[in-house]
Amino acid sequence: MSETKPSTTAVPPGVTAALVLADGTVFWGQGLGAAGETVGEVCFNTSITGYQEIMTDPSYAGQIVNFTFPHIGNVGANPEDVETVTPAARGCVLRAAVTGPSNWRAAQPFDVWLKSQNLIGIAGVDTRRVTRRIRELGAPNGALAHAPDGKLDIAALQKKAAGWPGLEGMDLAREVSCTQTYQWDGSTWALGQGYGKLKNPRFHVVAMDFGAKHNILRCLTALGCKVTVVPANASAEEVLGHEPDGVFLANGPGDPAATGVYAVPTIKALLETGKPLFGICLGHQMLALALGARTEKMHHGHRGANHPVKDLATGKVEITSQNHGFVVVEDSLPDGVEMTHVSLFDGSLEGLRLKDRPVFSVQYHPEASPGPKDSHYLFERFVAMMERQ
Amino acid sequence: MPKRTDISSVMIVGAGPIVIGQACEFDYSGTQACKALREEGYRVVLVNSNPATIMTDPDTADAIYIEPITPDFLARVIEAERPDVLLPTMGGQTALNAAMALHENGTLERLGVEVIGAKPDVIAKAEDRQLFRDAMDKIGLESPRSQVVHDMEEARAALDIVGLPAIIRPSFTLAGTGGGIAYNRVEFEEMVANGLRASPVDEVLVEESVLGWKEYEMEVVRDHADNCIIICSIENVDPMGIHTGDSVTVAPALTLTDKEYQIMRDASIAVLREIGVDTGGSNVQFAVNPADGRLVVIEMNPRVSRSSALASKATGFPIAKIAAKLAVGYTLDELDNDITRVTPASFEPTIDYVVTKMPRFTFEKFKGAEAYLTTAMKSVGEAMSIGRTFAESLQKALRSMETGLDGLNEVDIPGGAEEKDAVRAALSQPVPDRLLIVAQAYRHGLTTEEIFDACKIDPWFLERIREIVEVEETVRADGLADDLAGFLALKKLGFSDARLAELAGLAEDEVAQRRRDAGVRPVYKRIDTCAGEFPSPTPYMYSCYEGDGIVPGECEADVSGRDKVVILGGGPNRIGQGIEFDYCCVHACYGLKDAGIETIMVNCNPETVSTDYDTSDRLYFEPLTAEDVIELITAEQKKGRLKGVIVQLGGQTPLKLAEAIERAGIPILGTSPDAIDLAEDRERFQKLLQELGLRQPANGTATSTEQAEKIADKIGYPVVIRPSYVLGGRAMEIVHDLEGLRRYMTTAVKVSGKNPVLIDSYLRDAIEVDVDALCDGTQVYVAGIMEHIEEAGIHSGDSACSLPPYSLANNVIAEIRRQTEAMAHALGVVGLMNVQYAVKGDDIYVLEVNPRASRTVPFVAKATGLPIAKISARVMAGEKLADFGIDQPGPPALDQIAVKEAVFPFARFPGVDVVLGPEMKSTGEVMGLDRDFGRAFAKAQLGAGVDLPVTGTVFVSVRDHDKQAVLAPARDLLDMGFRLIATRGTAAFLSEQGLTVDRVNKVLEGSPHIVDAMIDGEVQLVVNTTEGAKSIEDSFSLRRTALTSGIPYYTTIAGARATVRAIQAMKNGSLEVASLQSYFKNAE
Repeated sequence: MSETKPSTTAVPPGVTAALVLADGTVFWGQGLGAAGETVGEVCFNTSITGYQEIMTDPSYAGQIVNFTFPHIGNVGANPEDVETVTPAARGCVLRAAVTGPSNWRAAQPFDVWLKSQNLIGIAGVDTRRVTRRIRELGAPNGALAHAPDGKLDIAALQKKAAGWPGLEGMDLAREVSCTQTYQWDGSTWALGQGYGKLKNPRFHVVAMDFGAKHNILRCLTALGCKVTVVPANASAEEVLGHEPDGVFLANGPGDPAATGVYAVPTIKALLETGKPLFGICLGHQMLALALGARTEKMHHGHRGANHPVKDLATGKVEITSQNHGFVVVEDSLPDGVEMTHVSLFDGSLEGLRLKDRPVFSVQYHPEASPGPKDSHYLFERFVAMMERQ
Repeated sequence: MPKRTDISSVMIVGAGPIVIGQACEFDYSGTQACKALREEGYRVVLVNSNPATIMTDPDTADAIYIEPITPDFLARVIEAERPDVLLPTMGGQTALNAAMALHENGTLERLGVEVIGAKPDVIAKAEDRQLFRDAMDKIGLESPRSQVVHDMEEARAALDIVGLPAIIRPSFTLAGTGGGIAYNRVEFEEMVANGLRASPVDEVLVEESVLGWKEYEMEVVRDHADNCIIICSIENVDPMGIHTGDSVTVAPALTLTDKEYQIMRDASIAVLREIGVDTGGSNVQFAVNPADGRLVVIEMNPRVSRSSALASKATGFPIAKIAAKLAVGYTLDELDNDITRVTPASFEPTIDYVVTKMPRFTFEKFKGAEAYLTTAMKSVGEAMSIGRTFAESLQKALRSMETGLDGLNEVDIPGGAEEKDAVRAALSQPVPDRLLIVAQAYRHGLTTEEIFDACKIDPWFLERIREIVEVEETVRADGLADDLAGFLALKKLGFSDARLAELAGLAEDEVAQRRRDAGVRPVYKRIDTCAGEFPSPTPYMYSCYEGDGIVPGECEADVSGRDKVVILGGGPNRIGQGIEFDYCCVHACYGLKDAGIETIMVNCNPETVSTDYDTSDRLYFEPLTAEDVIELITAEQKKGRLKGVIVQLGGQTPLKLAEAIERAGIPILGTSPDAIDLAEDRERFQKLLQELGLRQPANGTATSTEQAEKIADKIGYPVVIRPSYVLGGRAMEIVHDLEGLRRYMTTAVKVSGKNPVLIDSYLRDAIEVDVDALCDGTQVYVAGIMEHIEEAGIHSGDSACSLPPYSLANNVIAEIRRQTEAMAHALGVVGLMNVQYAVKGDDIYVLEVNPRASRTVPFVAKATGLPIAKISARVMAGEKLADFGIDQPGPPALDQIAVKEAVFPFARFPGVDVVLGPEMKSTGEVMGLDRDFGRAFAKAQLGAGVDLPVTGTVFVSVRDHDKQAVLAPARDLLDMGFRLIATRGTAAFLSEQGLTVDRVNKVLEGSPHIVDAMIDGEVQLVVNTTEGAKSIEDSFSLRRTALTSGIPYYTTIAGARATVRAIQAMKNGSLEVASLQSYFKNAE
């Protein structure tokens, strides 16, 4: 890998944006979306489709998403393909300029939508180079600035990037979680029908919101679950006060250890009740911590829609949607906790279950959106557990 | 579950000759399958009639049968080899149909052979239109409304349901043969009738038109544990209505939201599960309504395909190799991803570039063929290109085509561009190069909306073309940017130096110089299956432009310090330049690898074995233009030692680059470009022949019509006339009189001082001989002397030929050998050389010398057992023939005779005459191998799909000149119990000679005439020679009917004679099979 340290004094003509890494590396480009500055961890995502879902996934809080696929924005933005109301990602890095949209559902160009969401983007960057850098050296902290007048203070941006504390130890779930309990009744999307509504509820699920993607809630609703969403810091009493048939631990951003400070005691208490419990992503990590396992930060994480995961019980491989930068350490699993799924990319732990209780979780995203729906069976498994109760 | 241990041998069936719809991609997949299975320790038995394939190399499989792919021959091979299982999914529709036939006639059951990959019931379900539809209904996937019909009455009823326009799709045919789009009732009836005839089961699907919808393909792989992965999505830029093989396509799909993409992904997997494809690769096609996203399933192929080859090259995921391993029991997670070597094969590749595939057509070769694209495939080849963006990828694809384009070149709008309506009309026609018309439409001021309305190409693609055109206008107006950033921006859009030169009014060299002076050079990125997520040690690369004008782009070439050779491939297949040249390039890689030299392959044809990342040490998937090639060689020269570039193995494509490469100071290996020029340059060559005392047919070179008339007059008619520097006999004609000459000069060529025409005396009834020789600069090895069956005047690529010669006298053969050696020495050939001679009695004329690999090299290698292409590459790199133990002037006397026969695409071009001439028209070839000529010729005919009769009626109608010559074969046919019928003149002549013959009317003489008899199935063989424009026209319907009715026809006496010998051989006992290896057992 060539390690040409870019000069910070010379500026190529026509630039209106820059991504400056903590070590001073500068990627110049053309700004898009909102003007301004932001700072965060730079991660890469290898999905070809689903950029709008990615930008609205709350798990990207504190992160700048570098897209490996060069053309992002082709199908514009629409009001349906969103995973949360207020996007938490800090910005995006693109290879090609955003084009006008071409899709029957497009409501506005992607860059216009980014601006409306106050998100900063940069185009014209060799995103493969950024990816290779992350792969070799780990996910760096970076500052992204978009100045339509081209006035960019690189030194200041570098200082900002270097000064940012990083995701480790950061409790970002608190920032993206709902602050008040609410009911969710939206169901999954179908071609020609859009999103459905809850019909004939059979079970009541309380979802602890660490930064839940809406599609998780929709998948539960589609299977006949009435969903009550409670804030990340809800107590066990509050959760149980809703008299749930099962409890769901949602995905979310940040360092699980930090969020675990307040969430772990709650989950420990919930485990005592013997109620079915299902966790995804950060929810999975929270569960693992509550069971006494450890989490650690990964070198650069898993983000994409092509990750193979093996179900150790059946031997089947599912192609999964992933987005995580922390992982549960397999060796730290206590007795009675079984690894159920493994990543075929790097052998890391992707799922676990309790041998004596209806409790399980996965590191990846069975709700897809974006990505393949191979793992949807996990929602059915959760519902089946509630059925048996 | 690991591989099966209950089986030890696997039979693989190839796709046979190259035809439209089945090209090198099945050599690529079959070769991968053979290698993959042998790697696992299985004994591999292979059947393929195509000698120009890598898969039929003795090293590829344990037992190779170059035999016709018919149920009969396959059964014999099974009897001889008793394989445990048959893998039918690697050889296209040919292999699939053959396997079905063997299943249906009970052979497989009788001999206990299990079918793996796709079971017969699965094949039936996927291929039978109604069964497929029912299956789709069952899983809730919509199909276009349709009806399966078996006769015209049912078809008319179907029309009431489906409406016009209607799509006609015959069952069990390859690449839509016999199908089309009917816009009115007349067309409908005609197409249904054609379709019923084309379908081996007399079945046609009449389908609702989804013309103008978006078209997608998904390449899916499944293992027996039901793990399913999508390798690649492909979006057709040309909407529904144009066969996907004829469409410009891109990977990945670019205009779907994730929700739509996942619907398609789920549907693809559901289709595989429902149809029941247990293991292997399949392709599922969809149409999507751009207005509301409504998705319908069009069809699926339960086998590897042209698209799977494309998907493999586009992503780096070797579908055929993996499919072969899955077929013998592995699951995806047990197999490695070869490219990253650290991840398993059970994942979905993701890419960080855009791939464009562009089809190449040859309508100009087929007079009378309309250049319209429909649901029946007509392209003969394709190029693939890779760029970081669609614009870059598109522009690279355009220049990869080698059709004279260097980008979105200006075109004339048919009917003039004054009126917008004319432009709209042009846009609405599904024609080749329609994207050029789109660009032109923008130049004429049409809006994206107007263009979309006319052509239905997704506006996203149109807009990218608009952007390119706008930048072009800026360059045209303001000239070329000289600054780094400005230049870089242009190159990032994919502009070639040549296109920029045109736009800025500069010479290409000047643009290249200014670009390099500005420091604008491409970088190379890797195709790694994973968008950079994992390191890739596999050097499979493409060029692009990166960098921001201050920090240079990141290059991943990681050039080695080894001794290296660059091999330039042949680009997209076309008539005259196809798989044979790819075979040679692949052999160069193999040979030089053996010699410890690093091999660097450059090509842009996704169908080929040469573009398998496994073939060479390093692979550049790049257009074969001077700019692209010189840039990558320059990158490679940064480290190690470039011994040189091989330009003589890839056909005309790399030869054309030789001059520019040499001018750039890059060494060329083997025969010098000057010697190549000497052989191509008429006057220099003539001088050389004179010095050597060799004869040429009387000839001359003309730069004007007047001059041509004078020369022809001097030589005497008939003359052979053609432009200089051609391959495949482009625009070559035999002209019989002054009138014909004038017509040729005014309509067929553009003559100038720079582009003269060559005029040769036409040697009537001469025997043509093709010779391939190897030379190391001192020693000459005459590898193969091939006697053509058809007389001189028929293009050598279209003529059948025999190795060794079947009728030439020994002294003639010895003289041919002597002359070949003399020319090889005189030209200083290092590598391969091909000579064409005409022999008339004892007189030998040199027709042509090409100091490069020829189309017959693989045939010679297979027939004689010596890998001459491999050796030639090592000779070019400095070794001597003696180093390979070659100490004789040629191969020893052979026990076997090999006959090569050409295969033609006439069936795909309605309205085109099948008569042969000096312009090449065949797409491929087969080889018949046996111990005597008759049997070998019979096998060649059967391999080419000609069903030779052993009883029945023969129709004879020959020109006066051939009457005497037809006597002997006619008599032989009578002796064998055939009935003869003939038109008046021929009948009278044969009766006079005492032969029993019945007269039949010519078509002009009224019904009942010969064509009626043929349609009624009363004729089993046709011998028809003709000359003169009028008789050719009169007998056109006769030959066309023979073609469409599947009646064997011969348009030369020599062909008829050989056929008679073949029929005699067939009557004297059945044809046996023998493996290629068995012919050379003694030699080892």
